[in-house]
Amino acid sequence: MQTMTLPDRRGYFGVHGGRFVPETLVPALDELAAAYAEAMADERFRAELETLSRDYVGRETPLTFAERLTEHCGGAQVYLKREDLAHTGAHKINNALGQALLAQRMGKRRIVAETGAGQHGVATAAVCAKLGLECIVYMGEEDIRRQALNVFRMKLMGAEVRPVASGARTLKDAINEAIRDWVSNVETTHYLLGSVVGPAPYPEMVRDFQLVIGRETRRQVLERLGRLPDYVVACVGGGSNAIGMFYPFIDDEEVKLVGVEAGGKGLATGQHAAPLAAGTVGVLHGARSYLLQDEHGQILGTHSVSAGLDYPGVGPEHCYLKDIGRATYVAVDDIEALEGFKLLCRTEGITPALESAHAVAHTGALARTCSREVVIVVNVSGRGDKDMDIVVDALGGAL
Amino acid sequence: MNRLADVFDTTGRTALIAYVTVGYPTIEATLRLVPLLARNGCDIVELGIPFSDPMADGATIQKTSHEALLNGVTPDVCLDVARQLSGEVDVPLVFMSYYNPILKKGLDDFCRACADSGVSGLIVPDLPPDEGGELELVSAAHGVDLVYLLAPTATDARIRLVADRSRGFLYLVSLVGVTGARASLHDGLEDFVDRVRAVAKQPLCVGFGISSPEQAVRVAKVADGVIVGSRILQLVEQDDSLEEAARFVRAVRAALDSAE
Ligand SMILES: Cc1ncc(COP(=O)(O)O)c(C=O)c1O
Repeated sequence: MQTMTLPDRRGYFGVHGGRFVPETLVPALDELAAAYAEAMADERFRAELETLSRDYVGRETPLTFAERLTEHCGGAQVYLKREDLAHTGAHKINNALGQALLAQRMGKRRIVAETGAGQHGVATAAVCAKLGLECIVYMGEEDIRRQALNVFRMKLMGAEVRPVASGARTLKDAINEAIRDWVSNVETTHYLLGSVVGPAPYPEMVRDFQLVIGRETRRQVLERLGRLPDYVVACVGGGSNAIGMFYPFIDDEEVKLVGVEAGGKGLATGQHAAPLAAGTVGVLHGARSYLLQDEHGQILGTHSVSAGLDYPGVGPEHCYLKDIGRATYVAVDDIEALEGFKLLCRTEGITPALESAHAVAHTGALARTCSREVVIVVNVSGRGDKDMDIVVDALGGAL
Repeated sequence: MNRLADVFDTTGRTALIAYVTVGYPTIEATLRLVPLLARNGCDIVELGIPFSDPMADGATIQKTSHEALLNGVTPDVCLDVARQLSGEVDVPLVFMSYYNPILKKGLDDFCRACADSGVSGLIVPDLPPDEGGELELVSAAHGVDLVYLLAPTATDARIRLVADRSRGFLYLVSLVGVTGARASLHDGLEDFVDRVRAVAKQPLCVGFGISSPEQAVRVAKVADGVIVGSRILQLVEQDDSLEEAARFVRAVRAALDSAE
């Protein structure tokens, strides 16, 4: 299928993607694209990435049959891809490790990153500690408040966490500030972007570092069941865990790909973070994609109980998969996500990240509508330790 | 409509270009400020259309953009302001806008409205020529110049590409960074301007960071135009009678004239 050759030379997936950046950054993006292509063609680079993925990250991550969740739903068989068991507690480390090795190879020893939930910040801080790189993480003040534990973890690992006070003080604003830092220090600095968003070559490069998730899953399911799954489900913030999961299945047309966005307080309220479900096409942070924007092209504020999904844009490749009908995207609201969170805790003894809980919630609902022969794999993109304060607040005495 | 090229062909002096965010601190203030800048020696005025996510801007323009948005400024309001101003001042007006508000309005609608409102050019900081082909065609069809930027990080190949595509003038970013007043200019500034001069036919205007008459004079030794933005907005913030901003522009003009 043609999808496998995208993006095109200009960084486009259909009409999405591209490189809408200040001129200052264009040479740096050219340099990054060239260095990335060269690294991926270098067997030594790939071997180093693979060794560290095994010995440092702990890959491969397991595929767990969720027996009691399956019973509870009384429908499809549900399997969990356990990215929550990757080092630092989420899939974010796959990309952080790949890009940090690339930065090292390019001779860039200063790393800047943005973070929402703090998982990408923690993963970046960890690999920078491991490789001896300087690490600066931009984080919105609102996210610093709601993900305080991760702020402390980043600092322990030697990162400097810079609070961002502009806008809604969440992920979008942290990306603005990280881009401004990169524009100002581009000669010495690599911007370690945490999802499949931003200008080319980021959406492609981050996808490639994440597709290990789907590749392992595909092999594990085939080994275990001798067949492919019927559904693959993942949450979508910027879309990195989802594209990593989907990509190796794209040519398997019988496998349905389902992305789950943050429905916040409900799509009808406008307070959500679901650009694929409810957005329009525009340009933000260097790429053309579906966006949440007003009629004048101003980017709208978002809301989600999960900081990692609280973003008004989404990766261009997901926009393309939506346009061609290869993947479908649904929204799960805050309340449903909290139910998904509790459900996985109770039935499987696994505490998912609130981001992943969106995918779990949809999986539960979907499983109920399916027969026993149907197989669903859901990506548990991260673990929920970081979210305990929010969950305690939200559930109060309800436990 | 005033043509940008005429500024450089006919005035014979270093062009002084001012940037202001439309609607900061109020729409009325912008309507008073722009004629004041023109009277005190500016040759072109850039009208900034505020955007929610100004990733190429430093603290000052982030703040003015944010406040302008709170004041209800939209691209249509900016077009209306431009229409009023173009009847009143005889310097060319140029819009500075991030790409998304232009895209949302529709390239053709936007450019036609620019032409109708007396806007001579467009500067779009997140639109490099690699992505600008469509806007180039549409703006040209309406007689509006699309001005591209170049930065000191440019390779020779990049300089050739941008110089080939920019209309009106070339906007040289003085430093590796975002907008905002700076105490000192980049050491390599003259070398950068010389590199561009070797291949570009357009007038070269230098902006980002320029905040004093002395810096303007240094830039004028190598460039055809000097662009001042954040410093003017800081002075507007400090003194809403706008007298400080006018005084500053007068001082820059005088320094440029006596250095010629
Ligand atoms: C556990 C987890 N899952 C998902 C996400 C969303 O990002 P993406 O859509 O890029 O996977 C985040 C982001 O912080 C996260 O921490």
